[in-house]
Amino acid sequence: MQGSLQSSSYKQLEQKSKYTNIFLRWFLYFVLILFASYFIFPLYVMIVTSLKTMEEIRQGTLLTWPSGLNFDSWAVAWGGRGYGAGDTYLKPYFWNSIKMVVPAVFFSTFIGAMAGYVLTKWRFKGDKWVFLFLLFGCFIPYQAILLPMARTLGVLGISNSVIGLVLVHTVYGIPFTTLFFRNFYVSIPSELVKAARIDGAGFFKIFFKILLPISKPIIVVTVIWQFTQIWNDFLFGSTFSFGEAAPIQVALNNMVLSSTSVKEYNVDMASAIIAGIPTLIVYVLAGKYFIRGLTSGAVKG
Amino acid sequence: MKTLKIEELSKNFGATEVLRKINLEIDEGNFLVLLGPSGCGKSTLLNIIAGLETINEGNVYIDDYNVSKVEPKDRNIAMVFQSYALYPSMNVRENMIFGLKQAKVSKEKIEEQLGKVSKFLQVDALLERKPSQLSGGQRQRVAIGRALVREPRIFLFDEPLSNLDAKLRVEMRREIKKLHQQLKTTVVYVTHDQTEAMSLGTNIAIMNHGVIQQNDTPENIYNKPSNTFVADFIGSPSMNLIKGNLKQSSDKISFVVNGSNLEIPINGYDFKEKSNLNNKEVFFGIRPEHIFFKKSNDTDFEITLRADLSEYIGHEQIMTFNYENQEVLAKFPSTIKIELSKDTKLYFDLTQLSLFDAKTEERI
Repeated sequence: MQGSLQSSSYKQLEQKSKYTNIFLRWFLYFVLILFASYFIFPLYVMIVTSLKTMEEIRQGTLLTWPSGLNFDSWAVAWGGRGYGAGDTYLKPYFWNSIKMVVPAVFFSTFIGAMAGYVLTKWRFKGDKWVFLFLLFGCFIPYQAILLPMARTLGVLGISNSVIGLVLVHTVYGIPFTTLFFRNFYVSIPSELVKAARIDGAGFFKIFFKILLPISKPIIVVTVIWQFTQIWNDFLFGSTFSFGEAAPIQVALNNMVLSSTSVKEYNVDMASAIIAGIPTLIVYVLAGKYFIRGLTSGAVKG
Repeated sequence: MKTLKIEELSKNFGATEVLRKINLEIDEGNFLVLLGPSGCGKSTLLNIIAGLETINEGNVYIDDYNVSKVEPKDRNIAMVFQSYALYPSMNVRENMIFGLKQAKVSKEKIEEQLGKVSKFLQVDALLERKPSQLSGGQRQRVAIGRALVREPRIFLFDEPLSNLDAKLRVEMRREIKKLHQQLKTTVVYVTHDQTEAMSLGTNIAIMNHGVIQQNDTPENIYNKPSNTFVADFIGSPSMNLIKGNLKQSSDKISFVVNGSNLEIPINGYDFKEKSNLNNKEVFFGIRPEHIFFKKSNDTDFEITLRADLSEYIGHEQIMTFNYENQEVLAKFPSTIKIELSKDTKLYFDLTQLSLFDAKTEERI
């Protein structure tokens, strides 16, 4: 008697749990789709608008599908219209940015790796303080260093040049890159360094032959981080450079804000996408390592 | 000539004293085990021998040369680490010849050494593999191989077996023993495992709080521990240390436990010094394996104690008895049945006795 009563209530519980699960699952999908569209919507508008002619933009709404694949505005954004003065286009500034970002990412990553190596494997008196002061660098707001940096660049004679921007970004990146590499090398057993020392390897040999080859995940994390920071930077670019030495984000701003005639939304959108593409490429190529690198050290093995 | 000599060595990290006036000597071909609980300074001592740590006071000599300030690579030593420390980005071959390449040894000589050692350790089939593709035992073998190819004067082992599972550990222990028998090189081996120390060492130095407590053969360490720390550290379960007093009258010496009148005659004990023994507070040390349930020798001393606890561990059982409110452990074959909470007749093998001063805790 009691047995059958119990089994029937278990049946009810089973049914109820089933419906709750189904409901929760659909609710989850609903929320996910909602958020996904929230993120995709602006991208959709940008791409669609960049493919329209000005005529179409004026007549249709934001969401209207373009009449065809029309890359004219992309060509204008990249290469200009071809008439002389006042024609701003992205191509030269894109190369400015490349010239700035490649050495800046390389040097800041390399110096950070070295610093992380020394701070973990060649401990010295006061190394904790050095690391603490480096960490301070991560928390100093960009705006606070504008004036002293401008003065420094002036004294060095490299203000308003790509080299100046490389220096600024390298210096500002070192605290972050050092932090990344230090935290990575802390998890590498020091016995590795001891073994290499007994084998007769010196400071640089241990770094290049033993530690650097196993640092791939953290190198990828650092490169992505630094590339995104430096490529997307506007403040340093607009403060320490103008005219022809400006990086792409500054040029983008000039293009969009300083047009004297009609606002060409299609060209603006195409330009914005072009300015964002390199970061996207880096993420797509290295994103897999990025996640792996962020979690490495957290879990062993 | 001593292969390794350590003289009055002290080391501190800031205010913490890690090693205090260590003196050690090893003859050619000996296997010295540094044994002690974690934090006793044994690994630091090994790192100092290797040259990976600096010295605050004292000197280290290898073959009578003072190497205290010599770089690790020039000390003619090789080291095997607990985590194996194989270079992850290099394959087995590159790992093993890395040291020789640094030392600019000729290509032919490197190949010859590599071939010899890899065959000897049976890793010649693994040469092209990366360390991540090896099992624990194989990694261990490669780590030993990396040390062997350099033909060092002294091998240093830093807890090389503690990362392996129990079964593999016993196997590798035997292999290291065989290796030493074949090569007869001098070895300094750090471990916290007493079985490893006992089975491998020709000499064992037991350390605690940065001081060597006893440096002796395994037999002497087991039979004649020089203080209560050594007596307690070696053996499983460890030696019973029963507190009581000595009684000396004319030429009879006996031990009386606190709160009892029973005198245990210890005339046969080999005292270091036979004066001032009367009423001396002592620890009466007897190992669980030297307490029997049946009289086997005329010198055995019969005593009746109450059994409190029985722990069955397969091939044997560990019984806990109450001796005037002090616990006495005994190890018996598991076939014997002893009833709990009942008085049981036991026999102490008095030839295996150790006595320690209760104040200084030193052997008397």
